[in-house]
Amino acid sequence: MGRRVFERRTLVRDICLIAALALIGLCLLLFTGRGSSKGSVVQVAVDGEVVLSIPLSRDGSYSVNGGSNTIEVKDGRVSIVDADCPDRLCVRQGWIDGKGQSIVCLPNRVIVTVVGGESSIDFVL
Amino acid sequence: METRKLARIGVLVALAMVLSYVESLFPAFIAVPGVRIGLANIAIVFALYTLGFKEALLISVVRVVLSALLFGSVLSLAYSLAGSILSLCVMAFLKRFFGTVAVSVAGGVSHNLGQIAVACLILQTRAIAYYLPVLILSGVAAGVVIGIVAAIVIDRLDGGEMNE
Repeated sequence: MGRRVFERRTLVRDICLIAALALIGLCLLLFTGRGSSKGSVVQVAVDGEVVLSIPLSRDGSYSVNGGSNTIEVKDGRVSIVDADCPDRLCVRQGWIDGKGQSIVCLPNRVIVTVVGGESSIDFVL
Repeated sequence: METRKLARIGVLVALAMVLSYVESLFPAFIAVPGVRIGLANIAIVFALYTLGFKEALLISVVRVVLSALLFGSVLSLAYSLAGSILSLCVMAFLKRFFGTVAVSVAGGVSHNLGQIAVACLILQTRAIAYYLPVLILSGVAAGVVIGIVAAIVIDRLDGGEMNE
């Protein structure tokens, strides 16, 4: 007869590998989530080049990349509110405000990243 | 034997194409680019186990190129090609030491890693690495589902006749 879904020969190794990969994913998730203190500046990059840098404190709506994506800053948070890409995953990602958080629109190659900006505070002794 | 193999490759390419099309009809569950079940990988894992690495690679590349031409774009071709080739190499290597489900999980994770790497290169940024944890976890989840389905299909179909 053929094999089962899990072969007994490799069962322990299989579970170890799957658990290890899941654990790496979970650790990275916790690690990157913890450092998400609020950012102060939002950077918009198109094709890897920063085209817009706005403070999160200034509410407003911005059209980038020739109008392909519309970015809105409101109440200290930023979101892509409109896009012409087919999947519109960037719009569905909602609002972000944490330092290092990003919204990526792969089809339009637009990246919105929240950065610190008040770096001087890190050097207070 | 060669003709039979060729026919089987053709059938599996067609199956993989149908599966990617069916998957493209579902909306994404999570709003992160690259999170997919990867139904077509059932056909790829099946090919890897019943035909071999070269045949699986051929099916995978033909599937990715045709899908990109029909439903995608040039950019999506670059992402998927990197993902599927990396994932297939990892799976072919691990196949000797691990069972089907674990191989499929490693394939799912490496598929997503390959895509992230190419996206970082194309977009010239590391911001996409922000999605890394989610993509690793989704790769594990998708890999388990695909692995179990593929193992069942291999078990049912891989009789003496399938092995040359």
